[in-house]
Amino acid sequence: MSTLEIRDLHVSIDDNEILKGVNLTINAGEKHALMGPNGTGKSTLSYVIAGHPDYEITQGDILLNGESILEMGADERSRAGIFLAFQYPVAIPGVSVANFLRTALNARMRAEDSESKGMPIPQFRRLLKAKMDLLKMDHKFAGRYLNEGFSGGEKKRAEILQMATLEPSMAILDETDSGLDIDALRIVSEGVNTLMGDSLGVLVITHYQRILNYIQPDFVHIMLDGKIVESGGGELAEHLEEHGYEIIREKHAA
Amino acid sequence: MAAPVVKRVVRGARKAADLTLTQADIKALSEKMNDAAWYAAHREKAWAMYQETPMPTTQDEPWRRTDIRAFDWNGVAHSALNGTNGSSKVPAHLLQPLAGDSHGGQLVIENGVVIDHAVSDEIKAQGVIFTDFLSATRDHADLVQKHLESAVKLDEGKFSMMAAALVDQGVFVYVPAGVKVEQPLHAVTWSDGQAHFSRVLVVAEDGAEVTVVNELSSPATEDQPLHCGTVETIVGNEADVKFISLQTLGENVWHFTHERSVIGKDANLDWIFASLGTRFTKNFTELDLAGQGAFGRMSGFYFAERDQFMDHDTQQNHLAPDTESDLLFKGALVDNSRSVWQGMIYCAKEAQRIDGFQANRNMILSKKARADSIPGLEILADDVACTHAATIGQLEDEHLFYLMSRGIPYDEARRVIVEGFYDPILQRIPFEGVQLRLKAFIREKIE
Repeated sequence: MSTLEIRDLHVSIDDNEILKGVNLTINAGEKHALMGPNGTGKSTLSYVIAGHPDYEITQGDILLNGESILEMGADERSRAGIFLAFQYPVAIPGVSVANFLRTALNARMRAEDSESKGMPIPQFRRLLKAKMDLLKMDHKFAGRYLNEGFSGGEKKRAEILQMATLEPSMAILDETDSGLDIDALRIVSEGVNTLMGDSLGVLVITHYQRILNYIQPDFVHIMLDGKIVESGGGELAEHLEEHGYEIIREKHAA
Repeated sequence: MAAPVVKRVVRGARKAADLTLTQADIKALSEKMNDAAWYAAHREKAWAMYQETPMPTTQDEPWRRTDIRAFDWNGVAHSALNGTNGSSKVPAHLLQPLAGDSHGGQLVIENGVVIDHAVSDEIKAQGVIFTDFLSATRDHADLVQKHLESAVKLDEGKFSMMAAALVDQGVFVYVPAGVKVEQPLHAVTWSDGQAHFSRVLVVAEDGAEVTVVNELSSPATEDQPLHCGTVETIVGNEADVKFISLQTLGENVWHFTHERSVIGKDANLDWIFASLGTRFTKNFTELDLAGQGAFGRMSGFYFAERDQFMDHDTQQNHLAPDTESDLLFKGALVDNSRSVWQGMIYCAKEAQRIDGFQANRNMILSKKARADSIPGLEILADDVACTHAATIGQLEDEHLFYLMSRGIPYDEARRVIVEGFYDPILQRIPFEGVQLRLKAFIREKIE
């Protein structure tokens, strides 16, 4: 069973400290929500876990199954089981969804066994179709250039499709709900719920209660100014929805 | 302290930077090539014009970004004349069919000698001619005389004259009116040697259909070989020609060409132009949309590395109404390489209702590589649609991070992005064999 543990994490970018001592532990099988107003460091946390090279970790550690991942590159972390669903996935011109996912799967197989020839194409096609069916996606999607000309909803679904195909043990969904209408939100949330199980831990980063109505979190954390200031169960999100961040901000102003 | 040593260099009178061949050499070449009388006379005429024409300099607009002073013209020995042909054999993989599963005809010229010439009986029976250029000047003199230099004029430039005067090899294709050649014709010219000059002439008469694959290749050698040539495709009214040119010359070759296709009424030309080898390349590549309703598509593919310099000068000449042209040139650059693309859409006064498109897209993969991209329009008609685009991009860190965040290692992520960059141009190529060849090429270069 996988565990992601963030210990007293301090992170800077261009000498600006953004995360000021974050502590958080996620076990496989758990759904966590991280909420907070804009600019409090939620996306930074997701990028740092995924291994974005622009951030400097000045203190603390991130451990996956008890081992630090700080020295690992983004690709290595992914192969170790971490997945980030991007808030703004970039378009990769000329690279089809299918080609991209096959490359990613084969990179995993080659990391295990340098002699691996990768997954045979027919087997990969079956796998991808099964995953698209699971997420109720049109098979034509596989042939489109990745994220190019995708609507907001399509981009987010493409992220979930990648998650379904790569089968991570820890998934971070960075504002996957932003820019989605209610139908797209439902579809994406159902996708996440379908993938949820004992071997997957999820961290849902969001501003709003909305997505949490679909993905019922086991734990809710509130981040203010680079720190997690409150943690609780699902009721904490409802409380926020009712009263806003102001009360929490006042409480922690001192 | 020792006094500095002062070296005094006395230079002799500098020879003009040009070939040192003489009139007698041209005569000797004519004999050696067993020229038909008309071509022997033509060589002399071309040589006379050549001698009166100065070597281009960076003062000339088409050469403004392209400096050829580093080339040692005085040192050029004509391979056919001086016996400076190399002895390497044409690699077997070049002989694989690229368009479809088999050839309708294959012509292999190795170091100036035709070593394989096979044309199916079916095609011969249709009156199709597929042979080497010099044989054609003797055996099909009327046809060659009628069409030669109808697309690339003799006085086009210094290098069209050079190729006409010094030609030692080439390809001739003739498809009679209404004949549809099902299987592609595949010509491979392997030019090991110090200097080769080639002429390619493809004629598809009215209503004819043909696919021609023309590959020009040579080994990597230590010296500084020269290749100069002309390429002409004449596409008759309502004819349909697919022309695939692959240039895979050795890494020190200096390569100069003038190439043009003249496209007749309601005719189609699909020209795939892959520029993969050489140290230095200057191509003038033009489409003349000469007949009403003509359509020309040109897909250019290049990849520059090391100190390579590639200059692709393209022109789409809309000379008749209701014509359409679609040009896309794409290239990636690594190391210290440099590319220049200058494109022009010309639209004559009477060429109304035309649709012209040109785009050049570059991806720079190293700090020292550089691409210049200069699109141009010259429109004299008033009811036209012309668009052009030029982009020079880099590998984006955010793209790399996105791919890596899915477990793809850096080198592979880079390759996937470069392959993706080329994908739109590969999708325009209607032959899987050519696509696979170019994909393999990208993969080899990027790793």
